Amino acid sequence: MTSFRLSKGGLIDRAAQLSFSFDGKRFTGHKGDTLASALLANGVTLMGRSFKYHRPRGPITAGAAEPNALVELREGGRKEANTRATMVELYDGLVAASQNRWPSLDFDVGAVNSLASSIFVAGFYYKTFMWPKSFWEKIYEPLIRRAAGLGTASKLPDPDKYEKAYAHCDLLVIGSGPTGLMAALAAGRAGKRVILADEGSALGGSLLNEREEIGGTSGLDWAMGVLAELASLPNVTLMPRTTVIGWFDGNIFGAVERVSDHVAAPDPHEPRQRYWKIIAKRAVLAAGAEERPVAFGGNDTPGVMLASAMRTYANRYAAAAGKSVVVFGNNDHAYRTARDLKAHGVHVEVIIDSRKESGADAAGVPVLRGRMVADVTGGRAVKAVHLTDGTHIACDAVAMSGGFSPIVNLACHKGAKPRWDANLLAFLPPDTGAAFTAAGAAAGKMLLSECLADGAAKGAADGRAISVPTCRDEAHAIAPLWWVKESQGKAFIDYQNDATAKDLPLAAREGYKDIELAKRYTTTGMATDQGKLGNVNAIAIMAEATGRSMDEVGTTTFRPFYTPVAFGAFAGPFTGHHFQPVRKTPLHDWAAEQGAVFVETGLWMRSSWFPRKGEDWLAAASREVLATRSGVGLCDVSTLGKIDVQGRDAGQFLDKLYCNTFSTLAVGKARYGLMLREDGIVSDDGTTSRLAEDHYVMTTTTANAAKVMAQMEFAHQALFPDLDVTYVSVTEQWAQMAVAGPKSRATLQKIVDGLAMSDETVPYMAALEVSILGGIPARLFRLSFSGEHAYELAVPADYGNMAARALMQAGAEFGIVPYGVEALSIMRIEKGHVAGGELNGTTTAGDLGLGKMMSTKKDYIGRMMAQREGLNDPNRQCVVGIRPVDVTDRIRSGAHILRKDDKPSMANDQGYVSSVAWSPMLNMWIGLALVANGRARHGEIVQVWDGLRGTQVLGEICDPMHFDKENKRLHA
Amino acid sequence: MRYNVFSLLRNSLSGHKNWQPAWREPEPKTEYDVVIVGGGGHGLATAYYLAKEHGLTNVAVLEKGWLGSGNIGRNTTIIRSNYMLPGNNPFYEWSMKLWENLEQDFNFNAMVSQRGVLNLCHTDAQRDAFARRGNAMRIDGVDAELLDREAVREMYPFFDYDNARFPIKGGLLQRRGGTVRHDAVAWGYARGADSRGVDIIQHCEVKGIRIENGKVLGVDTNKGFIRCKKLGLATAGNSSETAAMAGMKLPIESHVLQAFVSEGLKPYIDGVVTFGAGHFYVSQSDKGGLVFGGDIDSYNSYARRGNLPMVEHVVEAGVAMIPSLARVRVLRSWGGIMDMSMDGSPIIDKTHIQGLYLNAGWCYGGFKATPASGWCFAHTIAKDEPHKLNAA
Amino acid sequence: MLIPCPHCGTRPVEEFTFLGDASVTRPTSNDPASMEQWYDYVYLRANPRGRFAEFAHHSGGCRAWLVVTRNTETHEVYGAVTARDYARAKGAKA
Repeated sequence: MTSFRLSKGGLIDRAAQLSFSFDGKRFTGHKGDTLASALLANGVTLMGRSFKYHRPRGPITAGAAEPNALVELREGGRKEANTRATMVELYDGLVAASQNRWPSLDFDVGAVNSLASSIFVAGFYYKTFMWPKSFWEKIYEPLIRRAAGLGTASKLPDPDKYEKAYAHCDLLVIGSGPTGLMAALAAGRAGKRVILADEGSALGGSLLNEREEIGGTSGLDWAMGVLAELASLPNVTLMPRTTVIGWFDGNIFGAVERVSDHVAAPDPHEPRQRYWKIIAKRAVLAAGAEERPVAFGGNDTPGVMLASAMRTYANRYAAAAGKSVVVFGNNDHAYRTARDLKAHGVHVEVIIDSRKESGADAAGVPVLRGRMVADVTGGRAVKAVHLTDGTHIACDAVAMSGGFSPIVNLACHKGAKPRWDANLLAFLPPDTGAAFTAAGAAAGKMLLSECLADGAAKGAADGRAISVPTCRDEAHAIAPLWWVKESQGKAFIDYQNDATAKDLPLAAREGYKDIELAKRYTTTGMATDQGKLGNVNAIAIMAEATGRSMDEVGTTTFRPFYTPVAFGAFAGPFTGHHFQPVRKTPLHDWAAEQGAVFVETGLWMRSSWFPRKGEDWLAAASREVLATRSGVGLCDVSTLGKIDVQGRDAGQFLDKLYCNTFSTLAVGKARYGLMLREDGIVSDDGTTSRLAEDHYVMTTTTANAAKVMAQMEFAHQALFPDLDVTYVSVTEQWAQMAVAGPKSRATLQKIVDGLAMSDETVPYMAALEVSILGGIPARLFRLSFSGEHAYELAVPADYGNMAARALMQAGAEFGIVPYGVEALSIMRIEKGHVAGGELNGTTTAGDLGLGKMMSTKKDYIGRMMAQREGLNDPNRQCVVGIRPVDVTDRIRSGAHILRKDDKPSMANDQGYVSSVAWSPMLNMWIGLALVANGRARHGEIVQVWDGLRGTQVLGEICDPMHFDKENKRLHA
Repeated sequence: MRYNVFSLLRNSLSGHKNWQPAWREPEPKTEYDVVIVGGGGHGLATAYYLAKEHGLTNVAVLEKGWLGSGNIGRNTTIIRSNYMLPGNNPFYEWSMKLWENLEQDFNFNAMVSQRGVLNLCHTDAQRDAFARRGNAMRIDGVDAELLDREAVREMYPFFDYDNARFPIKGGLLQRRGGTVRHDAVAWGYARGADSRGVDIIQHCEVKGIRIENGKVLGVDTNKGFIRCKKLGLATAGNSSETAAMAGMKLPIESHVLQAFVSEGLKPYIDGVVTFGAGHFYVSQSDKGGLVFGGDIDSYNSYARRGNLPMVEHVVEAGVAMIPSLARVRVLRSWGGIMDMSMDGSPIIDKTHIQGLYLNAGWCYGGFKATPASGWCFAHTIAKDEPHKLNAA
Repeated sequence: MLIPCPHCGTRPVEEFTFLGDASVTRPTSNDPASMEQWYDYVYLRANPRGRFAEFAHHSGGCRAWLVVTRNTETHEVYGAVTARDYARAKGAKA
């Protein structure tokens, strides 16, 4: 293989040789290379295959807009599809593979698609594959899906880490070419906090790629000098390898820093990438300009590339794109490529200038004017160009230039459209206000001197200007050229998606004239480069095809992200087990000691059951129920929301929040409360206790704790601002445990200080402040969710484990057991208490059998809408009990209820089972259900229909209270 | 011109120079029997069914932007009929039946692809809710399957089963759910309506609605006054503003829902999957991009673009569900404006103004409803009474 | 988007939860004749394209409910006051 490495020059480190592989073949390159430049230097121009026709492709660019040279980089869980070889910094041991080809890049069977390309025009798939009907999903679509896509993503977990960070600055400078350096310097010297970010591996932008003269030295040396000064300023942060991906509200910019992508694997304590949100007082867009291709036949042949890219490969990477180059363009800038290549000793055969006249310096290279390249031949590598006048010229590389497009993307992310400048033949950025300004080439400044001055002016702060160095300017005259219509071969507009110049007039003929419709119909601009290279050409061709101006056609919408962003970067560390925080209750350690199995409940981990040897969840929960109902059990209920409410108007405030009344509650007593939403639907329930005249403690359900708090804050601040009340969430400040069962009092008595517990001193629904274990403050409530004689004991969180252990000791003689939420749930279903399955955001107080709680004597949230006709229809589904007629049958939650003899249909649907449990007390499955007019139907035999799981059993509608209907145990 | 493989071959011989426009570019007439405001999915489907099912062809569809530039071109292309409540089920199932025959009906390949919609569950309570919903589907003959964890793992072995914050416990699968090439739905309906005589007028913005004595007279537009006997509003995302022109205030808020697409990949995920422990759903288009989305932003917005916090929120959930996604790249994000109705129910109905009909409030469910919404709205307009599917 | 919280200063939007239209006023009457007012209060919402006053909860900050004035089309934020001050200015009484 011939070496295309130039013998001198470039910014590569020739002493550092790196070895890498592409499609299994070993190569060497140098530090400072990209994968693309290293492959070019090794004589490899074929790097990929296109999407539809599987055309052989090489790099068109040397940067971020690359549509062709996409590879699968790395292996295993680190494999990344569609990685731009032009942006990959070479490292030792790099492994890359080509994609979208089979069996090999050289010989790709998919290329037969090209033979049928006369049929595979834009939108062909909308017109066929419809017959026979069943063939789409069985035959056509699977084939299309297999053929579609580019690279193959790994399905293994990514072993690398990602970070997120915020940054704040006075000035964010995006792009570190001549404009960006001057902007950063101006603000930096004025003492402003400056961030200079650039997507490149090194700062310097185009000055790394071009031969320039600034301030009497080379552009590169000048840039290094400026960077050294910026690095010395404490108020300036330099961020290479950092792509600014989007502009958002509040002048917030997203950015991704590639911390470790230039090494084989990140250092153990480094992330692969760091995602930044940069909040900038001002920002300057100094992103430069993108060169445009020209549409001519075979403009995708490997070896055809943008003129500026070919210069970059020679100047920066010391890699020649070929041995004999043809330069083709419509502007003076293209001549630079001929001059630079010549200076590097690369033979330039001829410059083809589409214009009849030009005064640019060809440095002795022959120029053919007024002609164009019509076709490139060669297939997998350039062999010759054919000009519009019939001339054939042998060559092995073509540098093309159709002019420059300012990189306006970020300036358009909020929806403003760029405007066409007919002199510059470029879309210029829209007015984006004072906080974000485009400068330099991104603002249409075509001369280096203009860029330096513009950067200095737009970076300047507090009127403190800096002097602008002198420089040599390049000519930039241009004449329009978009599409060489004399071409015989395919002239590509969107390389990756294989959208050709002819597709656009076809779209226009078929009615897809709006550029947004043409985009969607032809897929132009929808590839991974998002139209960076081809869109302006597409707009020009549409303008001509439809007789409109460039502005009338306009651009498609520029949207984030400027270049594609790894999911991992946005996700940061919040993945896997760290997706959401874990909340543990104050009794977590105690429960773990007792062998609890924990279950996710919102963010909480709750103890679910406490298995003994050989027990499954059902055996454990059943044993816990039996032990509790016959002796005593202890359950962690700390996850219930707890809100401390104080103030003169606390009672009045609670009266607004609950549908029942709390201002009349006696001090030292607790009451069950029900909250409605303003639309009349139940929002939450819980017990609230009055500890003093102006002091209440509310409890909410675990699930709704945060929501209730926010609703209280809204009600107080926005609706009833003059109530003298204050409240704070104390959920995490108190450990709370239910002590239930006939021996609960005897157990508690052993740890409560100085209180002889009895029905008189601690009556049902008492709420007392006590102390335990010789002085630990505690709150004692006589409440029962289980239906047993029961208490809830609350202690400051730090005493939680101690109190629970003490209770276990105290209850040992009564056979105390810890019980979890499974047993809790069984007991509440046995007692017919409603919970999440019934408080589901669609039920009313009436539906729950709690209609009588709704006060008629006061205003409260939800009062009026709860009286709506629709919420009081007797046929509404309301809570009932459900039990199988044959006690050996199982009923399941989610089964629907049908009349005994009805056929299954939604029209016959009577409701559904909302909660079930195996009742160890009744030795059968029991449940709660929501059934139409259910309270009038106790005793009715119905079908419990569970087609989903293939069962259908007879059930009896009954009172929700399955067990101890007289509540004897509560008061025992 | 009918589209089929023969017309495609015939046209390829003439260099595709002879394709006819898929729709005309008419100037508005001075008067129509029916004017539909909004050239999106619902508006175009309404016009199509007005012409096809009710023989009303003196109809115009007015679109202020380009055809299909609203939510029909911005959604994540999912169709399903896995609903739970009486009333919803028959409507969405009718929609599904229309989807299943759509392409042959309007002679346009919209790539209706029933590769399955799987909703994951992570708690017992979620599974109970799915069981209820699955039974509500099965009870009406709609397909639904309740999968356990192992069955989910068999379908998608590369999800996170072992290190997840919220372990996957199972899922509800509707195999007939899937995706449709959304733009093609607009184009197919537009072409079908146009060929039956409906005028589709792009870049025609309605500036006012003229009402006299409680009866609609017509609309003022940037192309002049257009008289009509009946006026249907199908401007999801902008419903409050359009209705305000008729003096109506709606129970609707506008919120932006962001959607995303990744770079194109070889087949990665076959069906549609929704995460049950965060806001994330994903499918892969026939072109290879992973199309995904999550939650709406909580603030009102008419800007069809989002902000970074929601991007992070959605992507975090995505990587939590599928750890290998970390290495895949997000290509593009965009936003669509949802008509979020206060009670979650859509509106297809007459209004108190004679001749004025409203189609609005679809929340996130607009795309999958497109055919049935058009069908029912056409019926409501043609018969001046709701169809039994939207009578509730 | 950045929200100027009267208590906390300028804070990022992710700290806030929004509740929409702040122009609604909770009726004071519980008379059945006021049902229509209640229906409007609970369901109907101003939803303009452009300037909009909305309730926002600084749920990730000081927990104050605010009324933020903002443009729904451009997302430009004009200012914020506390919901309490806003309610008192409108004459709300407990």
